[in-house]
Amino acid sequence: MAVVTARGLKVTRGGREVLHGLDFEVAAGEVLGLLGPSGCGKSTLLRSIVGVQAGVSGRVEVLGEPAGARGLRGRIGYVTQAASVYDDLTVIENLRFFASVLGADRTEVDRCLERIDLVDERDHVVRRLSGGQRSRVSLAVALLGQPELLVLDEPTVGLDPVLRRQLWELFHELAGERGLGLIVSSHVMDEARRCDRLLLMREGRLLAVGTPDEITARTGTTDVEDAFLALVEGQEGVA
Amino acid sequence: MRPRITLAVATRVLRQLARDPRTLVMLILLPVAILALLHWMFVDLPGFGFTSLAPALLALIPFIVMFLVTSVTTLRERTSGTLERLLAMPMGRGDFLLGYALAFGAVAVIQSLLAVWVSVMWLGLDVAASVVWLAVVAIADAILGTALGLFVSAFARTEFQAVQFMPVLVIPQILLCGLFVGRAQLPDVLRQVSDVLPLSFAVDAMKAVAEHAHAPGLGGDLAVVIGYIAAALLLGALTLRRRSE
Repeated sequence: MAVVTARGLKVTRGGREVLHGLDFEVAAGEVLGLLGPSGCGKSTLLRSIVGVQAGVSGRVEVLGEPAGARGLRGRIGYVTQAASVYDDLTVIENLRFFASVLGADRTEVDRCLERIDLVDERDHVVRRLSGGQRSRVSLAVALLGQPELLVLDEPTVGLDPVLRRQLWELFHELAGERGLGLIVSSHVMDEARRCDRLLLMREGRLLAVGTPDEITARTGTTDVEDAFLALVEGQEGVA
Repeated sequence: MRPRITLAVATRVLRQLARDPRTLVMLILLPVAILALLHWMFVDLPGFGFTSLAPALLALIPFIVMFLVTSVTTLRERTSGTLERLLAMPMGRGDFLLGYALAFGAVAVIQSLLAVWVSVMWLGLDVAASVVWLAVVAIADAILGTALGLFVSAFARTEFQAVQFMPVLVIPQILLCGLFVGRAQLPDVLRQVSDVLPLSFAVDAMKAVAEHAHAPGLGGDLAVVIGYIAAALLLGALTLRRRSE
C-alpha cells in the first residue's frame, strides 16, 4: 500500500519551476532513499509531501489525503535539515513540549528517548550537544505521536560512520515493525545501498526510480554513483 | 485553537526566558531605570517636570521595550526550523501567537508593576486617581506593545525586516500621542491620524488617571487598547503561513 503517491508534482518558486512534474510512490514498510546532489530539489520535494511548501501543483496524496490536509498534522514525523529543536532547552524539555503539542503522553517521551539512545543526555541543554546528538534529538521528536510516515531530510549528514549505520538500522526496524513508510534524503551516494528503493534526482527531475540493484543493472554499473553518472551522460547524449 | 497547546507554548517560552537571565533582567529593570533617569534629570529644577511627564512615559517605555523584544522573538523559530516543524503538527496559528502573548504578557505584568511601584514609592509620582488604575493602564500598554511586536514578528520574514518596523510603527505613534504637542493642537490631518493610533489611547488613559480623581474616559480608552491587542494578535495569526517558499 502506498503511503505517498505523487503524480505530476511541480513546484514553482518566484516564477521559476524548480520541480518539473515528478511521479513516485512511497510504500508502507519501505525505506525510500531520495538521492541527489545538493540544490537538486530534495528538500523542496520533501516539504511538498509534508505540506509546508508553497507553489505546489499536481497531485500529492499522503496517507489517503491531499498533502497538507489538516488531518495529516501529527501523522507525519518530519525532520528538517536544520535540527529544528530548541537550543536553550534540555533534551527532555524539548521532547515534552512537542509531545504536548501532539497530545502524546509522557511514557512516549521516555520510549522515544530510549529508542534514539539519548537517555544519558536527557537533562543536557541542546546547545551543548554535538551535531550528531542534536540531529538525534530532532529524530526523537519526529518519532513522537506514532507517526505513519517519516520524512527525514539528510538525517545522517556529518555523522560518524558507526552512528550512521545505527541510524539506518533503526530506519529499517521502524519500517519493519510498524509498517511505517520512510523517505530519507541524502547527497551521499554511498548511502544508496542502505535503502530498499531509490529516487535518483538531479536538477528538479527524477533520473531513475527503483531498487539499487535494478538501477545498477539497468545502467550496467556496479555502484549507484556510477549509475548516476551513466544516467546523466545518457540524458545529455539524447539531448 | 486548543488551550492545551497554547499553554504548552506559553510555558515553553517562559522556560526559555528563564534560561536567558540577561534578557529577563533587561525586560524587567529597563523601564524602572529609564524612569529613574528621568527623575534625576529634573532633580535640580523647580516645578513638576517629573510628575507631569512620568505618566506618559509609564505608558511609553514598557510599550517600546515589549515591542522591541517581541518583534524579533518568533523569528528565532523561523531560523531554527522549529516554526516549520510546529506548523506541520496540529499547532493552530492562533495557539502559537497566543502562547507567546501569554508568556510575554506575564513578563509585561511584572515589569509594569515594578515600574509603577518604584515611580510612586521612590520617585514621588503623585496621581489623582487610584494607583491601582495606574498599574492597570501600565499593564495594558505593555501588553499592547507585546501584541504589536508579535504581529510584526509574524509578518516579517527576517530579523532585519523586523527591526525596521520600529521606526515605521512606533516612532510616529510616539510623536503623535500627545507627549510633544497636545493632540488637540495638532493640524487637522495629524489629529485625525492620532485619533486612531493605539498609543494615543494608551497615553490618554494614563493622563486621565494622573490628572483626574474619577479618571474620565478611562473605560473607553482601555477598551480601545484591548481591542487593538486582540486585533494585532488575530492579524498576526492570519499572516502566519503554513506553506512557505
